[in-house]
Amino acid sequence: MKIINSDTHFDFMGKIKMAMIISGLMILIGLGSIVFSGGLKYGIDFAGGTLIQLQFKTPPDIEVIRDGLKTIALGESTIQEFGSKKDILIRVQRSEEKLESVGSKVRNSLSKSFNKEDISIERVEMVGPKVGRDLREKALLSILYAIIGIVIYISWRFELQYAIAAIIALVHDVLVTMGAFSIFDKEFTLVIVAAFLTIIGYSLNDTIVVFDRIRENLRRKGKSTLTQIINASINQTLSRTLLTSGTTLLVVVALFFFGGEIIHDFSFALLIGVLVGTYSSIFIASVFLVYWDSRR
Amino acid sequence: MYRDLKWKIPLILAVVFGAVWLAYPLKEKISLGLDLQGGMHLLLEVKVEKAVEASLERLADDIKRGITDEDVEVDRIKAIYEDRQVNVRMVDKLDLPSVKKVLEGYPVFSFVSEDEDGLGMVYQLSSDQIQQIEQNAVSQGLETIRNRVDQFGVSEPTIQVQGEKRILVQLPGVKDTERAINLIGKTARLEFKLLDEENSLQQALSGNVPEGSEILYQRIENKETGEVTKEPFLLKKRTVLTGETLTGAEIRFDTDFNEPYVALNFNSVGAMIFQQVTRENIKKRLAIVLDSNVYSAPVIQDEIPGGRAQITGRFTSAEARDLAIILRAGALPAPVVILENRTVGPSLGKDSIDKGITSIIYGGLLVIVFIAIYYKLSGVIAVTALFLNIVLLAGALAYFGAALTLPGIAGIILTVGMAIDANVLVFERIREEVRIGKTVRAAIDAGFSKAFRTIVDANITTFIAAVVLFQFGTGPIKGFAITLCIGIAASMFTAVFVSRAIFDGTMSQRKLDKLSI
Repeated sequence: MKIINSDTHFDFMGKIKMAMIISGLMILIGLGSIVFSGGLKYGIDFAGGTLIQLQFKTPPDIEVIRDGLKTIALGESTIQEFGSKKDILIRVQRSEEKLESVGSKVRNSLSKSFNKEDISIERVEMVGPKVGRDLREKALLSILYAIIGIVIYISWRFELQYAIAAIIALVHDVLVTMGAFSIFDKEFTLVIVAAFLTIIGYSLNDTIVVFDRIRENLRRKGKSTLTQIINASINQTLSRTLLTSGTTLLVVVALFFFGGEIIHDFSFALLIGVLVGTYSSIFIASVFLVYWDSRR
Repeated sequence: MYRDLKWKIPLILAVVFGAVWLAYPLKEKISLGLDLQGGMHLLLEVKVEKAVEASLERLADDIKRGITDEDVEVDRIKAIYEDRQVNVRMVDKLDLPSVKKVLEGYPVFSFVSEDEDGLGMVYQLSSDQIQQIEQNAVSQGLETIRNRVDQFGVSEPTIQVQGEKRILVQLPGVKDTERAINLIGKTARLEFKLLDEENSLQQALSGNVPEGSEILYQRIENKETGEVTKEPFLLKKRTVLTGETLTGAEIRFDTDFNEPYVALNFNSVGAMIFQQVTRENIKKRLAIVLDSNVYSAPVIQDEIPGGRAQITGRFTSAEARDLAIILRAGALPAPVVILENRTVGPSLGKDSIDKGITSIIYGGLLVIVFIAIYYKLSGVIAVTALFLNIVLLAGALAYFGAALTLPGIAGIILTVGMAIDANVLVFERIREEVRIGKTVRAAIDAGFSKAFRTIVDANITTFIAAVVLFQFGTGPIKGFAITLCIGIAASMFTAVFVSRAIFDGTMSQRKLDKLSI
């Protein structure tokens, strides 16, 4: 079976302008949304705060919960459904350093309006501001280290301009995914950083397969121009690119729909990342190679 | 040419059986992360500066005694917390030399300056000593917490120092988190202090606290409403006896009301002091103070010999039992605060496992069906390699003792999607080679060897990202990084080595002129 004909001759390089416009727009809209909403939205991992997930026997009225919480003065809090009407997620800005269990405190505060036995504390996550700051720093550093490591490896295996092209492609992917996160009002957490690092790895995986073919074709290039070689290489690897993205997407979609609420955002990030990563390895990385060549 | 199958096939079988042996039965061999089995993750910070302050206070007391022993009158000795210094104030200038002499016996202090009026001197605690105190506070804190957790009865707890002054505590399967926090986090500084009955509590409350006395409160919680009332006590600041001299503490029930209380036993030094204090203060009240909370303040009826005392106060039996545990395990050398607390209930953990497995099954099935249809017989080979991949992954997880976490499950799912990639690269190459007219055998050879370099290059970048992730991540994220790393390594083995062996094996059986790919 074949999805794509074996000897395709799509003129990818001819669509460069279009690709630049599309990418530019995606990044601009994303960044615009980030600026408009006042920066990235940090989850408690990075901002500090408390997260309490409760499960009720019967769907509760959120307003009643809000009133109950007022009695313990937790400060600013958001209350939302989490996956189902019975699961409630409470997010509080403040984090308690004091030695008490926020979970039972919250449950006690609701005991007037609900039967205490009907509420179970499913999850409590409290991150102090100090740890939040540490984690933020660590997350940034980890992305930086990953990029440095990858640049070194690619420059060693290929040449510097390939490394730069690969990095441009992955920065593109990360920016677009970040924008999507902002547009869909999703929070940045540790797990999301993990997803981003995976996207980085994945995006490169795709890019490198194309590069590898370009390098191979360059060795016996004959009279073709670089643009023609790149175009041919993309075409030759196209079915592989789409197939792999396809199988990866299949599992990510399964994760997105069946994996549960807790890793929902994680699979969302991967979903966007895989799509964008596939697109960027075809259009973005190779464009840079041509550009680099034309400047010499 | 197929001669190397003779060692390849046994090698593959050995690896696979090794993995199965390592990972079977799954339930016992693969440990679950806290997010899947439920439990508690606490990151504590030891307030080491409090330990330094306490030391400073203790040293100041020692010095004062030392000087007084020389028959010289001391005005007062003040510990200056911020600068880690003590200021020795004398009544008479002429006594300064004897202060110097006493302080020569304390090499941890160095002279800083003389007060302007010539009546006092300032000494600095050495930074080596400060560091020593801080390290001790952390390591003793760790030991104490370990003791308490052991007595609480948690299976396979993790308790370790992180960084300079943080302690990580992981308690799998703990349900009553409130109790656990109380047990781990309480400083448990037990002190006995006499009530200041010469001065009026009312006056003290209005701001006139007499020198040498302090106001502490007794918290009384109404168990029904959860309301807390505080009763003030005016106590003498001097602590007559501390929990350091305790040899035992256990829960008992009083015979009249069947109320639980905690019975204490002191060592001989403690017993002696307790006997002396009770003898000298009959009909006066002695307060039992734990972490600056007054628990009770009974009237001393008679001299108490034998080093026995008891703490009463509206306990539930669980509270009394925990208090006894804490007192037995000893006080933390410095208070701790909670920096991070992540608790997952057991039902949520189980739910996560179920959902994770569901998505593995659905995702896996989709991929398998798709690949089998797309590549036909060769697709079946790829699917076989995929299964082996998961078996190897399980084996490696068991071997490294890495806990499976929810992001870890996501890592497995992702591996399923990406592991196919290596096969896809090979198959697409083989198709190309067939297309340019090579024989089946030549096409397979060329396909594998040409794709190999690409596979390595493409996988190593993901590997780099995963290794970095492992370095930086905590708990669940580490689990994800590990599965990703192992998954990549395993997929290179299964897709390149195993698939190749299967191809070769089939080819050696009969000669094919057409490849099902």
